[in-house]
Amino acid sequence: MNWTLILPELVLALGGLVILAAGVLPRRDTSFAINMAVLGTLLVTAVLVLSQPEGVAFLGQYVSDAFTKFMKLLVLAGAALGLLLAMDWNVKEGLSRFEFPVLLLFSSLGMLIMVSANDLITLYLGLELLSLSLYVIAAFNRDSERSSEAGLKYFVLGALASGMLLYGSSLIYGFAGSTNFGRIADAVGTTDGTPFGLVVGLVFVLAALAFKISAVPFHMWTPDVYEGAPTPVTAFFATAPKVAAIALLTRVAAGPFGELVEQWQQVLILASLGSMILGALGAIGQRNIKRLMAYSSIGHIGYALMGLAVASEIGIRSLLLYMAIYVFTSVGTFAVLIAMRRNGRALEGVEDLAGLGRTDPAMALGMTVFMLSMAGIPPLAGFFGKLYVFLAAVQGGYWTLAVVGVLTSAISAYYYLRVIKVMYFDAGTALDPRPASLSAVLAGTGLFTVFFFVFPAPFLAAAQAAVAALLG
Amino acid sequence: MLSIGLGHYLTVSAILFVLGVFGIFLNRKNIIVILMSLELILLAVNLNMVAFSAALQDLTGQIFALFVLTVAAAEAAIGLAIVVIYFRNRGSIEVEDVSTLKG
Repeated sequence: MNWTLILPELVLALGGLVILAAGVLPRRDTSFAINMAVLGTLLVTAVLVLSQPEGVAFLGQYVSDAFTKFMKLLVLAGAALGLLLAMDWNVKEGLSRFEFPVLLLFSSLGMLIMVSANDLITLYLGLELLSLSLYVIAAFNRDSERSSEAGLKYFVLGALASGMLLYGSSLIYGFAGSTNFGRIADAVGTTDGTPFGLVVGLVFVLAALAFKISAVPFHMWTPDVYEGAPTPVTAFFATAPKVAAIALLTRVAAGPFGELVEQWQQVLILASLGSMILGALGAIGQRNIKRLMAYSSIGHIGYALMGLAVASEIGIRSLLLYMAIYVFTSVGTFAVLIAMRRNGRALEGVEDLAGLGRTDPAMALGMTVFMLSMAGIPPLAGFFGKLYVFLAAVQGGYWTLAVVGVLTSAISAYYYLRVIKVMYFDAGTALDPRPASLSAVLAGTGLFTVFFFVFPAPFLAAAQAAVAALLG
Repeated sequence: MLSIGLGHYLTVSAILFVLGVFGIFLNRKNIIVILMSLELILLAVNLNMVAFSAALQDLTGQIFALFVLTVAAAEAAIGLAIVVIYFRNRGSIEVEDVSTLKG
């Protein structure tokens, strides 16, 4: 039972080791084959996740249910799309070393473990496997001053966050008497007057997870790391790891600390308000489009957190939908950013998009769709994500959150529309032709964003099943 | 005779933790000092774990501490590697020089 339950992780781990061993063999340019092998392994893992039985394994250390399946599929989709985006870029930048896909695979393994964690030790190990891989791929362009600085900053602040998570875990362990989520829930539920140490531990853990999803006030690493890291790495940072950390945050808040809802709710409401406001205001003056996307992602995390902060079933359901929509929209946007090259040089300025409406109408149309979706213009996918979240906030009576959410979306529309204006109304020269893999990703995510309103039902049903499993 | 109880261990570890955090934020000199501060934080955590483990008569805390030690070694290795490539590109590991990215 234990082994069949962790089959996806097992396949991913063994696959990663085999691919790593194959990569070390002295052969000329195996990077394409290794990319394909990693994509295949991710795909097989996704199929295994779909057919994974539900239950608890290893004395309650590991859990599999509809919630973990939903989040794992999203994580694997984010990782696979991230690798597709990176393949061509790495060749052009001379970074096509086999370590990149392998590190991406191991970080996916870490994320799957995080999503399935039902114990503080499992949580920590999954999170560290993810973080250690991410530190390395942030600094992957090791001859670039900016990439190595991004890696250094991400390492120092990420390791500090891990330290806070551990300190919180140790307090929770001490005052609850166990590291298991079920036993912690018992300790929180039964004692008359929760021990103070447990609340302090919870706050430390929340702070560390806020770091990982870059919510205010733990967002300061995001713009620097997003700008400095190679663009496909930024695309990966903005999607899969955030989904996994949100999943973990949701499980910790709703599971072991479900009884302490008043304590964590205050923290999350403040984080959500702060992230929405900072995301909207911080991006206004940015000329570097990767920095702009960093602030945009902080804002989106604020909207997503609103779903968790209202602490209701529909709130968490809207959070899951928001993350799903966010992943595909953001992968599409980054596909455009990765395609921004002129005369073989990668470009990062907003003004470098000038003239795209005339020189490459298809890509300009795609970027327009993604920008409008992120701004929340109907009938695109992003509008529905925001609609569900705001509805949940209004139904729960959290008017402040909903009003600030609407206001900040109106403010953030300014910089999304500015990108569209630059593409269509400014004059500029043509970009280099984009590779087929980017076109495919653009088309896929673009169609999802445009036609989400035709088929929201299966996504709603999957999110509903996930929430039902989480809240049990 | 003064006996050393759980409270004393927790106090020492809280002091170590705060020292580590301040070491990261107040330090304006060298990145290696930041790495040392991170180790100090993990040391505080391990002390906590072991003290709780002894007080609760439960082995989980000690197992957790062993995992933390193992991961801390990996983390230090990666951290030093990143510091080395940074030094190669920049020629300095002064904290004040880590400022190419801003805005």
